[in-house]
Amino acid sequence: MKKLIKRYRVFIIVFLAMIILVLVNRPLGTKAFTITGNSILEMLLVIPPIFVLLGLLDIWVPRETMIKYMGEGSGLKGIILSIIIGSAAAGPLYGAFPVAAVFMKKGVKFMNILIFIGAWSTTKIPMFLFEITALGSRFAISRLLIDIPGIIIIALILSKTVSREEVKILYENAKAMD
Amino acid sequence: MDSYIFYGLAIALLAVSFFKDKKKTKTALKKAWRAFENILPEFLTVIFLVGFLLAVLNTETISKIIGAESGWIGVVLAAVIGSVTLIPGFVAFPTAAILLENGAGYTQIAAFLSTLMMVGVITLPVEMKYFGKKISIIRNVLAFFFSFAVAAIIGMVVM
Repeated sequence: MKKLIKRYRVFIIVFLAMIILVLVNRPLGTKAFTITGNSILEMLLVIPPIFVLLGLLDIWVPRETMIKYMGEGSGLKGIILSIIIGSAAAGPLYGAFPVAAVFMKKGVKFMNILIFIGAWSTTKIPMFLFEITALGSRFAISRLLIDIPGIIIIALILSKTVSREEVKILYENAKAMD
Repeated sequence: MDSYIFYGLAIALLAVSFFKDKKKTKTALKKAWRAFENILPEFLTVIFLVGFLLAVLNTETISKIIGAESGWIGVVLAAVIGSVTLIPGFVAFPTAAILLENGAGYTQIAAFLSTLMMVGVITLPVEMKYFGKKISIIRNVLAFFFSFAVAAIIGMVVM
């Protein structure tokens, strides 16, 4: 019980802050709760299937297969696969982090994980269609064309700034997550 | 809409898995639950914080700050707002369209959308849990500055 409170303490503080907001400024507080409710609904739509798919991936796809396609030495194939998997995903960026953890466990190359995170954050295919309808194809296509090299450059810089040991620690950490 | 595809896929694969091996499927589900529960406190904190922030900021205030005449200061402000907010894409794009109609500039909107998607100050605790402090911070800083390149180019291309 004590452990549970400790893990959730930041959340408890934020929750109390919102209750205080309701008491001080009722319309603003209600609005905050309504928006939060909508976000929770959104989260319920996106997150549970991601975790179920991750669980299945973890159990059924052997490490060797993942390493072959996305591990060290997977080259351009690994990069392209990372972009495609990231772009096909739905949901906000925080949904990508647990996927990254499973990729780490399965021995996917760190550079490819970073590319995957970049693709998930900004070149999502379902969102691209949405962007075209809302802001026009000129806007959406320009953004996509700048973003793809941008993602790869950011991933390159990141993977150059961390040492092998640091990456190893992250991979160990991911293994300990379940 | 695309979330239903995920549900469909998850259910279909779960059925196949169950048919092939009940025990393995059970382990998979247990793993899924543990991975989810592991990150739940951070998730909840982020979601409540966002509700709090979005209630305080509204579209009018935002479009006043990042109008087409606001220049580079407006671009920087737009990038900062995008970094500290967390709005789902299907809300963000129509919101961006409304902001444009209300006088926001294309360059500013591009900066806002780009940091909104790539930079996550609020989700930083979640990110750090998986990637550690150093990588998470560097990634967010790089993405922040990259967004200015995106904004500058879109400002030139789309008029």
